[in-house]
Amino acid sequence: MSETILQIENLKTHFPVERGFIFKRHIGDVKAVDGVSLSLQKGEILGLVGESGCGKSTLGRTILQLIRPTDGTVIMEGRHLNQLSSGDLREARSSFQMIFQDPYASLNPRMTVYDALAEAIQAHRKIPAAELPALVGALLEKVGLAARFQRKYPHEFSGGQRQRIAIARALAVEPKLIIADEPVSALDVSIQAQIINLLAKLSREMGLTLIFISHDLSVVKHISDRIAVMYLGKIVELGPAAQVIEKPLHPYTKALISAVPIPDPRREATRERVLLPGDPPSPMNPPSGCPFHPRCLYAIPECSKIVPKLESFNAPNHEASCIRLKDINPS
Amino acid sequence: MPAVPELEAAIEVAQKDIEAGTSLWRDAFHRLAKNKLAMAGAVFLALLFLACFVLPFCGIQSYETTDMSLGPTLPSAKHWFGTDVLGRDLFSRVLFGGRISLSVGIAATVVSLIIGVLYGAISGYFGGKLDMVMMRIVDILYALPYTIFVILLMVLFNRSILLLFLVIGAVEWLNMARIVRGQVMALRKQEFIEAAVALGLRKRRIILRHMIPNTLGIVVVYATLTVPGIMLLEAFLSFLGFGVQPPMSSWGTLIDEGAKRMEEYPWLLLFPALFFSATLFSLNFLGDGLRDALDVRASKD
Repeated sequence: MSETILQIENLKTHFPVERGFIFKRHIGDVKAVDGVSLSLQKGEILGLVGESGCGKSTLGRTILQLIRPTDGTVIMEGRHLNQLSSGDLREARSSFQMIFQDPYASLNPRMTVYDALAEAIQAHRKIPAAELPALVGALLEKVGLAARFQRKYPHEFSGGQRQRIAIARALAVEPKLIIADEPVSALDVSIQAQIINLLAKLSREMGLTLIFISHDLSVVKHISDRIAVMYLGKIVELGPAAQVIEKPLHPYTKALISAVPIPDPRREATRERVLLPGDPPSPMNPPSGCPFHPRCLYAIPECSKIVPKLESFNAPNHEASCIRLKDINPS
Repeated sequence: MPAVPELEAAIEVAQKDIEAGTSLWRDAFHRLAKNKLAMAGAVFLALLFLACFVLPFCGIQSYETTDMSLGPTLPSAKHWFGTDVLGRDLFSRVLFGGRISLSVGIAATVVSLIIGVLYGAISGYFGGKLDMVMMRIVDILYALPYTIFVILLMVLFNRSILLLFLVIGAVEWLNMARIVRGQVMALRKQEFIEAAVALGLRKRRIILRHMIPNTLGIVVVYATLTVPGIMLLEAFLSFLGFGVQPPMSSWGTLIDEGAKRMEEYPWLLLFPALFFSATLFSLNFLGDGLRDALDVRASKD
């Protein structure tokens, strides 16, 4: 647990906004990811949470170079992914994979499970055709599906089963890092736990590094080693899962955690809730200073002037970006 | 074979009882089979194909033997559809004409399909400037009056049937390219395409294996509707005298000949026109049926 597998520095993904039909005027940028730095250890599970539109999916896709970053670096196992040529990048893709949100859209409806998995297996390795059925069968068993299903088409499976197939496809290239983009939010609650446990099990058994993106803290807290909280393209808090949940530092994280319902009606009725005023601001025109200050309960005039940096508080590996950490948290 | 027990167990399972799946194509075929009109069209077309491509080899009368002493006669036991002004058997002329018309229709559709699908898929997949340039080319070609274009080409080169296929196909691919481009652009945003990119598949493979198969439903429907269009165009060209040359016949030339003499010998127009319209109807019904069968949302069940 000490080998760094992924190192992200000051990553930015801006989408230009243009007006006009022929002569396009550049009228601004949507700053979906705006200066994210992160490093991941081998075998670690990082939960990435934030509300819709905060840029967590874009961050995931930018790390995997499905969207090319505007600025910053993504270094995976010593290779600068964003500097690779498209051919080299294609080769490098065998070491990182993605699991998508919607298992109904992430599988090609015209390909059988066997075709889809065999294609993935052969994407980066030369495997004799005779060995493919066995490998596909083994992959299916690994994700908890029977090998006899391999000649079936995606539409003949349930959502949970499809997500398992998608996981099997991601595993087929034997990756070291998997980014799961809200892999359970399209599934029934009863299925969610199965898929989450499957991902945790696979990560443990195969030493996979996992970034688990979700808007739901309660989903993330069970499997994550660390949790990163995103707001408006920036990471505002990062720390060990238990600490982030038990002792959140950042006012935004506090609000998020207080919004998680407690499955006990009596405690739920008396639970303290922090209600945030207003909506998240437009990422095209983020507020000055701390992006959270217009909605923050603890904001002071300085908050609109100083851009806070992530700094550790109380514990060395628990960081948050807020200039009032000392004032609002007991040490 | 690998000597991992886990794998060997999997091989056993894999070989024992793999359940067969039902592809979307087979589902669509079941729905199509329920559509009576479309099936009637398919049956008619199948019979017509047999008649046009097999019967002429089974010793029916020649389409080019003239019998000047006979001249135009009404349908009889010997000449089922009668004879034309040169005493040629109309029945075999209609069948031979059908052979040409159907071949032109299908071959030109295949040509337009191949060009159109590839062109549209490339344009839609890469997008941006390439798409812009490729689609403006289509717009320009679209603006040309294509009948005149075909006539020009036919005059410039020989009036061979093969060329007729190619020329018609080469002007008919434009619609196909636009349809496929639109489909591909919609597909490009789908997660399974993103997944294919993330797997590190080559662009060619993504286009051929992931994009095009998912556009084929609409392409098939459009193709069945293109065949009658091309047959009409061929008939029109033949009618103008640019198509097939005598003594060969196509439905277009037969209708042309029939129309000139329709007041004296109406059957010369009636039979080819009947076959021609029945074929067009069948193709359209089949196309409609296919569209309903392949597009689950629009179908009733």
